[in-house]
Amino acid sequence: MSFPWANHYQPKAPLMRWLDEKLPLPRFVYNAVGAGYPVPRNLNYFWNFGVLAGFMLVVQILTGVILAMHYAPNALVAFDSTEHIMRDVNWGWLLRYGHANGASMFFVVVYIHMFRGLYFGSYKAPREMIWLLGVVIYLLMMATGFMGYVLPWGQMSFWGAKVITGLFSAIPLIGTPLQEWLLGGFAPDNAALNRFFSLHFLLPFVIAAVIILHIWALHIPGSSNPTGVEVKSESDTVPFHPYYTAKDGFGLGVFLILFAFMVFFAPNWLGHPDNYIPANPLSTPAHIVPEWYYWPFYAILRAFTADFFFIPAKLMGVMAMFGAILLLFFLPWLDTSPVRSGKYRPLFRKFFYLLLVDVFILGWMGGLPAEEPYVMISQIASIYYFAHFLIILPIVSSIERPEPMPFSITEAVLGKDDKAVLAPPGSAPAPAA
Amino acid sequence: MVRIFGILAGLFFVAALSWSLATGAYTAITEPASPTAEHEFYKHPKHLALASDGVFGKFDNQQIQRGFQVYKEVCAACHSLRLVAFRDLTQLGYNEAEVKAIAASFQVPGVDPNTGEANTRPGLAIDYFPKPYPNDIAARAANNNAIPPDLSLMAKARHDGAAYVYSLLTGYQAQPAKLLKEFPDSKTGPGLHYNPYFPNLNLAMAPPLSGPGQVTYGEGNPQPTVDQMAKDVSAFLVWTAEPKLAKRHQTGWPVLLFLIVLTGLAYLAYQNVWRDKKH
Ligand code: HEC
Ligand code: HEM
Repeated sequence: MSFPWANHYQPKAPLMRWLDEKLPLPRFVYNAVGAGYPVPRNLNYFWNFGVLAGFMLVVQILTGVILAMHYAPNALVAFDSTEHIMRDVNWGWLLRYGHANGASMFFVVVYIHMFRGLYFGSYKAPREMIWLLGVVIYLLMMATGFMGYVLPWGQMSFWGAKVITGLFSAIPLIGTPLQEWLLGGFAPDNAALNRFFSLHFLLPFVIAAVIILHIWALHIPGSSNPTGVEVKSESDTVPFHPYYTAKDGFGLGVFLILFAFMVFFAPNWLGHPDNYIPANPLSTPAHIVPEWYYWPFYAILRAFTADFFFIPAKLMGVMAMFGAILLLFFLPWLDTSPVRSGKYRPLFRKFFYLLLVDVFILGWMGGLPAEEPYVMISQIASIYYFAHFLIILPIVSSIERPEPMPFSITEAVLGKDDKAVLAPPGSAPAPAA
Repeated sequence: MVRIFGILAGLFFVAALSWSLATGAYTAITEPASPTAEHEFYKHPKHLALASDGVFGKFDNQQIQRGFQVYKEVCAACHSLRLVAFRDLTQLGYNEAEVKAIAASFQVPGVDPNTGEANTRPGLAIDYFPKPYPNDIAARAANNNAIPPDLSLMAKARHDGAAYVYSLLTGYQAQPAKLLKEFPDSKTGPGLHYNPYFPNLNLAMAPPLSGPGQVTYGEGNPQPTVDQMAKDVSAFLVWTAEPKLAKRHQTGWPVLLFLIVLTGLAYLAYQNVWRDKKH
């Protein structure tokens, strides 16, 4: 957001002045992520994760484009071409492990980014659009990750593709034709592998485009902050550069250490051994599980074990699984509390932590075989998941009494007595409660 | 509006889930799952310590060479190693002449240069390890209707990889009397062999390792007991599954060190930029 006190771009070097007249790209960067973008001074480390997600997208595109130079999207040779990358391509193992673990780290980062938004109420007005675009990005990421996992054409690739596309067959009437149309056949084979490769290459660029919209939408109100109190004056903000470039640089370093550790020392930790067995349509693995980042939703899918009136269990599961993600689109209107930050919402806070634990439990159950007691635990956890978003949040926001909030970011940072507090005496507190 | 629809949708899902939960609980009480022999008698892999373990892991070439010898003289009769080429063996410390000799000791598929007919010829360093059976049907016919899986990636294609292979090779035993008493229907079938480390307890592979005399290790090496050979061939399979493991570890440490220093500097820069801003 261009607050009135934002710094202005003033190119000094003649070349930069010339460029500014012809194509003001440096001006654009200056205003977007440079000294011309004022940002709340009190952002905590959770606000690093958007930049980390952007970084991971770049890593995925770079490693992915080079992998695609060596990979062969044909069911006969796909598995072997992946092993060729691991064994014979110079640094191929680094590219492949970087890309596979990169996908996982991307999801780790985005999950933290999303839970940040949930806790600090970042999805609320005036930032609904940022959140909505975020959910679109998340859906695109899920699709991209799923299709990427199919490419090595191992046992989990094949059976994962079969199970996930099989979900569409639960749709009444058009289900089975739809599944066959999606796969280009009755079961995953060359046609499916080829189109998945094509789309897996395309979607990251679509994600990049939606991220541009996401950041554009962010720059209209500007970033929120841990207090959830909107920016009121210049002393509430600092210029993005150098303050947050420095902080993001440090955060990126910490993240890279973790990422490098995974790639170099635990590259198969998050993978499944069965995917080192070539795809075999005649041999079903004992337990078919997707990648870990789908586990919470996989648990919800499998929690529906009984037909509900005239609705078959499988269809219920599919509706619930997609519903669990799509309900995020309605979040800004389900939680009507005017207070953004969970910091000042005692009741909301308790339920938030419960949700966090609940999603971990769902994830854990989603990775286990569909046996008792795991199914019952998934059922209870799924009940809470839906109840949290659809029932508890609307009720909590109408009955909760928020705790007192600071008048401004500056007050939150410096304390009430500080001279820098610009609150006129007797002015009303922020639009809350 | 959104909230009314939301609450209705929420109640709908909660009701459907509760229904599933209730029916599930009812079946769990009325028809409790009966225990299975697999469930009761399956054993998790034994511990196996190899030089390649851990973040400092590297290859013990001498052990892997022994393991290769076991593969070549025992396992290769039934199991292929299709992703490994003879030339790769130079990584284990064999010199070029040795690799050529090893390759030549295998017959690989070839083409008669005069008639164009399929034949076999001695392997070259660029060839991959040949398959013991011409096709899956032949493999099944010779192995009680089971296909001996390719071993190239075996150490990554099972939970606990090398430890699993080691446990499987050393885990053959007579079927416990207790099992037969509890599960009379679970008697090991003809042509199968009881092994508690195999997920369904009975596999078609006869115990491949029998003990000293099967393989002769060169001087300065331990006795080729079943246990020793099983360890060695497991170490070999770690290498075939992940030949870049040692290089990966070697590269990882300088990268980590560099990143730690870089992050330290980034932290100082961050502190410096923010030194007079409370936040
Ligand atoms: C006589 C043929 C034969 C020999 C020799 C042999 N195997 Fe096997 N092996 C088999 C067959 C057949 C199977 C498939 C068993 C099944 O699926 O029931 C098998 C399966 C395996 C498995 C996979 C078990 C699983 O989890 O699916 C491993 C590992 C294995 N063998 C290792 C070895 C090693 C190591 C050697 C050499 C020491 C060896 N085998 C020698 C026939 C053989
Ligand atoms: C590729 C994935 C994504 C990228 C690259 C990305 C990038 C960013 C960046 C750079 C920011 C500003 C810095 C920050 O607040 O962390 C941001 C803010 C935000 N993002 Fe994302 N994002 C991604 C996915 C998502 C998803 C999946 C959601 C939610 C469903 C989401 C919701 C938000 C919200 C609500 C904000 C505003 C936060 C605030 O100001 O309090 N983003 N995003």
